[in-house]
Amino acid sequence: MKNNLQLTEDGQLRHLLSLDGLPARILTQILDTAASFVAVGEREVKSVPLLRGKAVFNIFFENSTRTRTTFEIAAKRLSADVVNLNVGASSQSKGETLLDTVANLAAMHADMFVVRHAAAGAAHLIARHVAPHISVVNAGDGRSSHPTQGLLDMFTIRHFKGGFHNLRVAIVGDVLHSRVARSQIHGLTTLGCPEVRVIAPKTLLPRDVSNLGVHVYHNMEQGLKDVDVVMMLRLQNERMQGARLPSAGEFYKHWGLTVEKLRHAKPDAIVMHPGPMNRGVEIDSEVADGPQSVILAQVTFGIAVRMAVMSILAGN
Amino acid sequence: MSRFAPFTVTTMPLPSPEQLIVRLADQIAPILGAESTQISALVGIHTGGVWVMDALLARLGRDLPRGVLDISFYRDDFSRIGLHPQVKPSDIPFDIEGRRVLLIDDVLYTGRTIRAAMNTLFDYGRPAAIRLAVLVDRGGREMPICPDFVGAHLELAEHENIALTRADEGTLGFKVNNRA
Repeated sequence: MKNNLQLTEDGQLRHLLSLDGLPARILTQILDTAASFVAVGEREVKSVPLLRGKAVFNIFFENSTRTRTTFEIAAKRLSADVVNLNVGASSQSKGETLLDTVANLAAMHADMFVVRHAAAGAAHLIARHVAPHISVVNAGDGRSSHPTQGLLDMFTIRHFKGGFHNLRVAIVGDVLHSRVARSQIHGLTTLGCPEVRVIAPKTLLPRDVSNLGVHVYHNMEQGLKDVDVVMMLRLQNERMQGARLPSAGEFYKHWGLTVEKLRHAKPDAIVMHPGPMNRGVEIDSEVADGPQSVILAQVTFGIAVRMAVMSILAGN
Repeated sequence: MSRFAPFTVTTMPLPSPEQLIVRLADQIAPILGAESTQISALVGIHTGGVWVMDALLARLGRDLPRGVLDISFYRDDFSRIGLHPQVKPSDIPFDIEGRRVLLIDDVLYTGRTIRAAMNTLFDYGRPAAIRLAVLVDRGGREMPICPDFVGAHLELAEHENIALTRADEGTLGFKVNNRA
């Protein structure tokens, strides 16, 4: 059902809710289109008239600065009218349901909703109820998925490594609470990456992790050995309930990416992080600011990828 | 299959693209150069226009700045047919500002592509002039656009479509078929 919801009858992208269930053809189309938008971002005039007259509503039920800002910039560079709503707790605490909130915004002639919500499945629920001309982009739902982050990570890997077919990729850290990790794993396996590893303590891995088609490591030295790409995850302090870890310092000692630990990866391995970084917790400053870091390139590519998603959706 | 006879495709002999390249090259050779009144850069429109541009440069033996333009983000039919599935990056590796540019495409028809191409180009800067060279002008204009240099004028029926093709080894050809 999830798949049908995301695609039109003739197999084109209708909503972007999750990378789970999207064919490689669609992912590649988005990445190829994004490459053209990277070129647009380097011009004198950084906007194109594609979404002129369209209204994009960024509805954030959960805080986020970077994701909301990059979606806003992306929509503006497509010449759309952008409305940012930090719904937070306000209307919902007054008793309005999620669908009522969205119905009200649709009545303000929205063409696209970009939705961030703390509950998994929120974007799917909205997509199931919107009018046919409205598309929905999931900007992160609970621990479930964050497809545009996954796509921008795929774009970054393809940009620096040329493809996926000979790569060994390690995802490191708090996989349990990470919607980013799930989207990365789906993206990598769909695009043909032969070896995806996750490196984490047992307490920060979901029980069903082996069903995702990844190799599990509990040791940085072994897990990072000969990898081409290291994707760090943020330690999700705010999602941490109960003591899953002794302390941040303890985490850093075992799982934090330092120059010494990075030496186990291939010498030309790239280091990625979805942000915001906890320096000295999951990543050392020397690595984050070092020559192998592509963290800021990820941010730049994130705008192009979101432009690609919105323009493909608006056209279908 | 339809039970009606298919439209006939034009029986007019098609010129060879190589021949038209020679004709076009002869026309533009005198206006290329570094003088302020001359054309100092070429811009080909993806994909056929880029093939024509490269064939012209090879024929002329000139090493002029070359740019490639994809007009997908500026098309006027986006709201009807959506984004072209194969968008290619534009690449203008020189400053457009104040430059005299030769815009190149394979087939000129309604003029809508050229309108979009000019809008795209202006987002890189303000050119001093834009001239237009096309391998084939098949008439049927819907926009007030007139080419400066033409390889050949062809008369085709409205339902016919002409496209430039390029074989792997680089040979150019024409393909005429019925519009879907």
